[in-house]
Amino acid sequence: MTAQQTRSHSIDMSSVLRGQGQAQSPNEPCIKVENLNLFYGKKQALHGVNMEMYRKKVTAYIGPSGCGKSTLLRCINRMNDLVDNVTIEGKILLDDENIYDKSVNVAALRRRVGMVFQKPNPFPKSIFENVTYGLRIQGVNDKRVLEETVENSLRGAALWDEVKDRLNDNALGLSGGQQQRLVIARAIAIEPEVLLLDEPASALDPISTLKIEELINELKEKYTIVIVTHNMQQAARVSDYTAFMYMGELIEIGTTSELFTNPKKKQTEDYITGRYG
Amino acid sequence: MMKLWFKSGSPWIWLNAAAVSTCLIMVIAVLVLVFVRGMGHFWPAQVTQFSYQEEGKPLRIIIGEKVDTSITPAIMAKSTGHKMADNEDTLVQYLVKTGNRDVTGTDFRWIEARNVKEQSDPDTMMVVERREWGNFYGQLLEVKENGKTIATGEQAMSELQTRIAAALVVFEKITQLEKKEIGAINYGLERLRLKQKKLQLENRWNSDTEKEFAAEKADYDAQYQSHQAELGSLYKEIRRDSLVAKTDTGASITIPLAKIVKVYQPNAMSFFGKVGFYCHKIFEFLTDEPREANTEGGIFPAIFGTVMMVIIMSIIVTPFGVIAAVYLREYAKQGFTTRLIRIAVNNLAGVPSIVYGVFGLGFFVYILGGNIDALFFPEASPAPVYGTPGLLWASITLALLTLPVVIVSTEEGLARIPKAIREGSLALGATKIETLWRTVLPMASPAMMTGLILAVARAAGEVAPLMLVGVVKLAPTLPLDGNFPFLHLDRKFMHLGFHIYDVGFQSPNVEAARPLVYATALLLVIVIVVLNLTAIIIRNRLREKYRALEH
Repeated sequence: MTAQQTRSHSIDMSSVLRGQGQAQSPNEPCIKVENLNLFYGKKQALHGVNMEMYRKKVTAYIGPSGCGKSTLLRCINRMNDLVDNVTIEGKILLDDENIYDKSVNVAALRRRVGMVFQKPNPFPKSIFENVTYGLRIQGVNDKRVLEETVENSLRGAALWDEVKDRLNDNALGLSGGQQQRLVIARAIAIEPEVLLLDEPASALDPISTLKIEELINELKEKYTIVIVTHNMQQAARVSDYTAFMYMGELIEIGTTSELFTNPKKKQTEDYITGRYG
Repeated sequence: MMKLWFKSGSPWIWLNAAAVSTCLIMVIAVLVLVFVRGMGHFWPAQVTQFSYQEEGKPLRIIIGEKVDTSITPAIMAKSTGHKMADNEDTLVQYLVKTGNRDVTGTDFRWIEARNVKEQSDPDTMMVVERREWGNFYGQLLEVKENGKTIATGEQAMSELQTRIAAALVVFEKITQLEKKEIGAINYGLERLRLKQKKLQLENRWNSDTEKEFAAEKADYDAQYQSHQAELGSLYKEIRRDSLVAKTDTGASITIPLAKIVKVYQPNAMSFFGKVGFYCHKIFEFLTDEPREANTEGGIFPAIFGTVMMVIIMSIIVTPFGVIAAVYLREYAKQGFTTRLIRIAVNNLAGVPSIVYGVFGLGFFVYILGGNIDALFFPEASPAPVYGTPGLLWASITLALLTLPVVIVSTEEGLARIPKAIREGSLALGATKIETLWRTVLPMASPAMMTGLILAVARAAGEVAPLMLVGVVKLAPTLPLDGNFPFLHLDRKFMHLGFHIYDVGFQSPNVEAARPLVYATALLLVIVIVVLNLTAIIIRNRLREKYRALEH
């Protein structure tokens, strides 16, 4: 499949989603993880994970360090493929398609599943070029389209007013919080369906964190969001669903209010009440 | 107390500082020595007239530049056969550049200071820089045109200068004609001959082509005839004038103006006149071709050859090194084999350069070049085209020599690029190759430039391998000229490093060559510094542009 074709495909998908969102059940799962095992060499990092993530909802993964929440998140856009010696068993279904199927084009998949990392990682290019990076890779060079996308994406990421006069400045001149919002703008510029956020605020100051959290609330109108966080208050503030993971296993998943107020498992309760982790 | 001093760490700091200053002093000493010795050569020295009388011999006059003074203790002087009086502690000798090699057979002689009865610097002393036989020192008697005297005494000098200026213009025209026009004709004829032979070899030579070739040949011949006629009249013009001068022995000698580069009277020059002369001499040194077995004239072909070779080497080594490094770092599975390859590459950097020269001669010149000749230039045989040392092979050999440096520094540059940047690109749907081209390689470009800088620094100063694969002491033509295809990679070329070796150690005229060795060495340093600075400036620009993440 060429870049052009996949792009039009993804646009079709998203317009379908937006147009007929009402017709679909709001609780229809967008991503289904089925029996996922992951090994780094011989060491097993994920043990038989099963879960569902719902369309246009925010799902948060919480759990102590090294429990596998980032690993699980990185499975959803196959970022773990880059790691040497990694073996993945099981399925992840995105709109009922197994993304680990042999026929899947990984680059096309990553266009549908955007990702934002823990540390802001803008390219050493201008703000404009950062936002248009994904489009340019798809072969879009029409200046009008690019400019429009840049404005929409930066507005979407609540950064437009701060940078509109210096789009050609190097992105590395922005503050950490601005860089992180730029990275989010960069991710939404290619109109993904799902947005994976890997501790997006952990490297930021409280004010920037607040802005990111507000942004997440706005973004969930359009995107299915999965967020990994260390910060339980953050999970409680931004997410609709929360999954608690421990030692590579999914211990419990439920609506955020239920999980925090009425956890079913003892381990979850211990963790959220701060007894370990 | 002492213990405390050691504990405080100050001896260590002193040691460090001492090491740094030693390095610094040595570098500065090298530069100063080379600069003073090399640049002093171009200053117009006073021409001294010595009244000289050796024991038991008649008084005579010696004219020349005092170049050097040596002081020998009496004992040593005695043991080398000098007669020393009891009250003399030392023997003082002057090295005098007397020139006039055509008359006396040598340009330099040692004279003893105690035998100099009188010395003076008369304003009328004249130095004639000639195209053959080195400098002439003496006094101008008269200027002649077709053997007839036209100026003597006071007016002779000004008349001489105007006539020399005219003669130089004519000489320039002659060189232009011979080198460019007639050179082009010869080049064309040679190509024609090769084409004919090729057609004959391929059995396509028939009466049609024969006619065609004959016409072209006739065309060239006609051009040659017209140039020849022009040349004849120019030669007649330049041979018209001559000067007559008196040497220190009193003999008068005639020098045709055609053989003269310039005539000057250093003793009569003002300070600013000397400065002007000095600058002119340096300019000549940089832009002229060498004369007299490289001991006179300029070194332009050597500068040109050096720069040319370094540029071609860079063009070859950069893509190869970068591609190899990208494969090693980005694509190859990291393991035993890649480790082995890395060790091999690093060790390759330590192989003595002459070994590369031998390899270049054996593999590139004989095997590769020989096969290229057999395949593409059968008409030239038995004369080799690429099967002989030349610019291309020298550049490739040096590219091979500097390849490890480029690979290593590019690899380091690639390794330094944060994983976050690559993941960021991949997460936007870029493939690995797109990530490489759009993000990783541009960000690694400063490291590539660093590799190139190191490569240039090493390649420009390399001499040993070049002697085997293409450098000669005197190349008749530059590797770049106006004849199609303009860049002649098969030609041999001159090189500053080899020029130093050649002038310093292979020259028949050691005393005359010594200052040139320093001057050429200085120039080589300057050329390398300029090449490096260019690369460093480019690198710093790139660094600024692709500044990596700071937090």
